[in-house]
Amino acid sequence: MSETGAVRTLPVGRSRLTPGRVVLGVLIAALAVVWAAPIVWAVAASLRPFEYPLGSGNIWFSHRFTLANYFKVGSLAPFGRYFVNTVVVVVMTLAVQIVTSTMAAFAFANYRFKGDRILFQIILIQMMIPTAALLVPNFATIRFLGIYNTRLAIAIPFFGSAFGTFLIRQAFLGIPRSLVDAGVIDGCSWWQLLVHIYLPPSLAAITAFGISSVSFHWNDFLWPLIITSSDQSRTLTAGLVRFTQLGEIGAQWQYLTAATLIVAGPLFIVFLIFQKSFIESFVHSGIK
Amino acid sequence: MQRSKNSSNLQPVAEAGPGGPGVSVGGTKSKFQILPYLLVLPTLFFVALFTIWPTISSFVGSFFLQKLNIAKYREPSFAGLANYASLFQDSTFYHVLGNTAFYVIGSVPVSIALGFLFALLINRRMRGIGLARLALFHPTVLPMVSVATIWLFMFTPDYGLFNSALSFLGYRGPENWTGNPDLALIAIIIVAVWKNAGYYMIFYLAGMQSLPREVYEAARLDGSGPINTTVRITLPLLRRTTLFVTTIAFIGAFQTVDHVFVLTVGGPSNASNILLFYLWQIRFENLNVGKASALTIVLIIVLLVFTVSNFLISERRSGNE
Repeated sequence: MSETGAVRTLPVGRSRLTPGRVVLGVLIAALAVVWAAPIVWAVAASLRPFEYPLGSGNIWFSHRFTLANYFKVGSLAPFGRYFVNTVVVVVMTLAVQIVTSTMAAFAFANYRFKGDRILFQIILIQMMIPTAALLVPNFATIRFLGIYNTRLAIAIPFFGSAFGTFLIRQAFLGIPRSLVDAGVIDGCSWWQLLVHIYLPPSLAAITAFGISSVSFHWNDFLWPLIITSSDQSRTLTAGLVRFTQLGEIGAQWQYLTAATLIVAGPLFIVFLIFQKSFIESFVHSGIK
Repeated sequence: MQRSKNSSNLQPVAEAGPGGPGVSVGGTKSKFQILPYLLVLPTLFFVALFTIWPTISSFVGSFFLQKLNIAKYREPSFAGLANYASLFQDSTFYHVLGNTAFYVIGSVPVSIALGFLFALLINRRMRGIGLARLALFHPTVLPMVSVATIWLFMFTPDYGLFNSALSFLGYRGPENWTGNPDLALIAIIIVAVWKNAGYYMIFYLAGMQSLPREVYEAARLDGSGPINTTVRITLPLLRRTTLFVTTIAFIGAFQTVDHVFVLTVGGPSNASNILLFYLWQIRFENLNVGKASALTIVLIIVLLVFTVSNFLISERRSGNE
């Protein structure tokens, strides 16, 4: 457990400049360039004026830059609406998940009660049968509940999170028993125990869960696609695929890349700012 | 934290120490309390409604004939094993199973091997290493549909970047990757590998940084070269990381078909159709609810076989340690 969230570069080997290190450096640089090429191209193409179409040998930056493609794309499809829907879905999912998972984790970590093991294992089934595989029956449930084509329908299957419960419970179990006992002796009620003793040292785990949840739901596509039928509730990912399939868009790469970056951009910018926390959280919460 | 997934941590409460408030210490029987059940209830309710119930209802539904596009089959009617029979007599189903196996075997080991290689290269102090790590990891944070849309261009014939790079390297084969039945599935695999390798890299990086440095010092003094050290020391020490990464990679491979939607729509003539995409087609294009339920059960069984066997392997391994 010691490796939790520790993606740092450690001093390995000497830092003298040797031929071996030069070769290694060139190799790493080449790999990084190849890996980054698609996204760099997408940025280049999205900033390219529409009058300069891409062609053989001329696919990168043109000599002029413009944001016009982004505005044009915004007028061809309601990306603003998709953005709001995505934010609503992601925030709603996370808010409910944190409350339900923390409650359940607290119960499993702090109490022993009849059937606790079996209840915990029932919840863990969700990690073995991913919700994506259950889209057919869940679609029927959503229709039955009468919430088809709403943002609630996109979020609700994820309101209970086995993974969140698991991760937060792990953090809770790491808290010294003596600390809890001291709280009990001081006459803490159960929620005072939770708020003052369990939660403060567990914030890192909850943050890790939060980041992985937000990333997952921001990027999720298939479920939002099938459970929405209009722009009223459609998210960015589902909207993008609809947009790419519009007949008049075709291979107009400037528009396609602008739309793609509108969808990926918000989360990606947050990632660039909080890169370290993101990577640590992804390591910390290896399961999605 | 990944290590914590082994069984000993799945016990509800650490064996040592008394329970919480209201739970008496030692062997005395504690009085029944409702609070823990109430706390667990919301999570349990949603898991029951969206995981347990749908599993049961798919199982039941798989024995009923229901096709929404045919008037007389609109309401479900009991049909025994008819849906399974229809599935197992369907040549497309076998085609899809074969594709799925090819996709999983083609994408999972390559992504993991690349992830390991990247971690080996990146795990050092060097100028600009943070930038290299960002370049290799960033696809993880992009939505698969965005990634696939960008790769739509990479695969474009004539001036697409992927083909340009290949022809620069001397490749003279067919150019239309997503429209060629022999290449479409490979195109899907390439996109999955590009997106996932950096994700697996960070687990190996974290693993490598937790390895004891004395071992490496000793190996170096014994004259062990870098390749020998990697194969004999690093890989074996990281086998639990490998097992863990393999598990999430397998489950991930079955849950993500976003790139299929964008790049090939399963085509041409089902050449890149994989299980989850086929399930979507059966349900939402063919409107065959009964058959889709049977296919859901097949998918669940495949997933359980993978997760349970992985779990058993990790149990046996940790038992030996």
